[in-house]
Amino acid sequence: MRKHNMIAMILAGGRGTRLLDLTNKVAKPAVYFGGKYRIIDFPLSNCANSNIQVIGVLTQYESVLLNSYVAQDQRWGLDAKDSGIYVLPPREKSEGFGLYRGTADAITQNIDFVDQYEPDYVLILSGDHIYKMDYDAMLEDHKRNKADVTIAVLEVPLKEASRFGIMNAHEDGRIYEFEEKPKQPKSNLASMGIYIFSWPLLKQALIDDLSVENSNHDFGKDIIPSFLNSGKRLFTHRFKGYWKDVGTIDSLWEANMDLIYNRDELNLADPSWKIYTEDITVPPQYMGPNASIENAYINQGCVVDGTVINSVLFTGVKVDKGAVVKDSVLMPFSHVKSNAFVQRVIVADDVVIEEGSKVGQESGEIDLISQNC
Amino acid sequence: MINVLGIINYDDASVHVAGLENYRPIPSLSFLARYRLIDFALSNMTNSGIKRIQVYVKQKPRSIIEHLGSGRQYNINSKHGKLRILTGENSIQSEAYNHDVTAFLQNMRFIEDANQEYVMIMPSHMIYTVDFNEVYKQHLETKADVTVLYKTVNNAHESFMGVDTLKLDDKKQVLEIEMNRGKYKNRHISLAAYMMSRELFIHLVHLADNISSLYTLRDVLQEQAPLLKMIGFPVKGYVACINSLNEYFRVNMELTDYNIGKELFNEEWPIHTRTSDSCPAQYTPTARVNCSIVANGCFIEGTVIGSVIGRGVVIKKGALVENSIVLEGSVIGEDVHLKNVVVDKSAVVSKVKELVSDDTKILYVKRQDRV
Repeated sequence: MRKHNMIAMILAGGRGTRLLDLTNKVAKPAVYFGGKYRIIDFPLSNCANSNIQVIGVLTQYESVLLNSYVAQDQRWGLDAKDSGIYVLPPREKSEGFGLYRGTADAITQNIDFVDQYEPDYVLILSGDHIYKMDYDAMLEDHKRNKADVTIAVLEVPLKEASRFGIMNAHEDGRIYEFEEKPKQPKSNLASMGIYIFSWPLLKQALIDDLSVENSNHDFGKDIIPSFLNSGKRLFTHRFKGYWKDVGTIDSLWEANMDLIYNRDELNLADPSWKIYTEDITVPPQYMGPNASIENAYINQGCVVDGTVINSVLFTGVKVDKGAVVKDSVLMPFSHVKSNAFVQRVIVADDVVIEEGSKVGQESGEIDLISQNC
Repeated sequence: MINVLGIINYDDASVHVAGLENYRPIPSLSFLARYRLIDFALSNMTNSGIKRIQVYVKQKPRSIIEHLGSGRQYNINSKHGKLRILTGENSIQSEAYNHDVTAFLQNMRFIEDANQEYVMIMPSHMIYTVDFNEVYKQHLETKADVTVLYKTVNNAHESFMGVDTLKLDDKKQVLEIEMNRGKYKNRHISLAAYMMSRELFIHLVHLADNISSLYTLRDVLQEQAPLLKMIGFPVKGYVACINSLNEYFRVNMELTDYNIGKELFNEEWPIHTRTSDSCPAQYTPTARVNCSIVANGCFIEGTVIGSVIGRGVVIKKGALVENSIVLEGSVIGEDVHLKNVVVDKSAVVSKVKELVSDDTKILYVKRQDRV
């Protein structure tokens, strides 16, 4: 097989428990976002646009949907002859069957997969972040710095820095210290959990990690510190732009609202960096005679004959005559029937809000409506 | 599974969609915000299980080639199925020679090499849905030589002008094919869609060529109608024929009525097209949109009523777009008023603030024009 320069490994095994019913039957990277996408479309599209040809997707929690979703590699244009997206759930081996015990362990258990491609570099990504990034530019930095590992970092407000893994680096980007959620942060460079490793070094570190007692088999907790402590070359790659890790119902709602209020930040309309997703066959959206639309982000297949204010409507959503949808996020094929009133909620896919129903509230926490009501 | 080779034929020589046809062949015409005309014929074929299809393109094939690709969006298996795009070599002597029979003759080896027993030939400028399995069933049951699709209408005096009509006996056998000149209200409109054995098709193509170098498939079928067992197959549901700019406009407008649109679009019979991965449409606080169909990627700040808006269109504040069709990528500037206008792709209407007409004269803004 032809040798590959860099392959990507996307960690998509987590549940995202704080997304409640949205992750009952699907893993967090499969959760809907932005009117037509699933969160994992972002790292996958970034890889495709960065000329990465081979992606391994490590799944674990409720992976049935995610497995079949990412396997359709033509969605992201990765169905060319030497390209592909490969689904890597935990598997039985001659030594037995083991779930992935941590982010690093997921890669360790798939060393054989990576070795097939003999890559010089491996890009480690999380499957549940929303952002646009050219990994090729990050690789250029990695090569120029002759780094052993490059960590993408984001400047965060200093007062929020204690929520993140913080990198303390010199002027040239060389990292000399790494602090996980420091009470007194020395810098505001937060790790995005995006790493480029030189593969032979990572492979060795993963193998060594297996024999470390009490290891969490985690990149942030174990592998990165081990690189630092053994005097390896760790460098930052500074990322500028929109980046969100939507772990809660509130933050998922906010990120969707960003598309209405701050469209230029993530800018999904930018033709030079498209985000690709499943192509669902539905007619274009239709606005009826009674439709009243004010400040909305609406996808294909919607049929709107009611009032929609400050809301995001996903594929095939119906808002009937007399219904009012305000400050809400309606996921695919949900249906708000006549004279219903919906405010400050996320309505899960296929859910029906019955005629005359009233859900949500004027202020406070965002509710998730995951059952018909 | 039916053993049928699909053939998307040239549209009739009388089909002229002024303005729009200067830039693309009829099958490529933008339709209802996100489709091209050919999507209907192709979707009918592949939804019916027809997986080997030849598409004949008369001129300017680029957009068709790009739109169809290998046909995967129509669910054509890339190994067992085949979507061939074929052109005829155009004569420089006279346009009159550039008809479907010429194209078939020039590509005869692909027709002869096919191993399907039957062919289903149809043009792309007729919009309707049909399951060819039912056509096939009737074709075999009636032991017809040719089965021709038709739609019974009661408004032929004012629509389907210049389209063929069928004179049928009580067994739906075709006695005569003649053009609609608007004399009668109730007519059986021929959809120019024929099912016949591949052998008969090849025979008719050669026959046409022998009779006259100007004869089209339709001409030879009209002449042979009394000699062949030609049986009509009635098509139910919405049917439209896009053979002029006026009809193109009228049909798009008609389909902005949700109840009429429902006849054409249904979940069980999806109309496939090529995705352009556009993001959802955005409506600002000043947007007002009613009775309109809007494609993805649009950015709407103004008012849109009774219109069809293509992908990525920008409609600025204060603009009023009424009863109009705006194709992909165009920009309608601030305070511009459009009524009964077709704006072709990537045009900008901003300096002229009023482009208003009544529905007897449709205004047309050229592709990439700056007005």
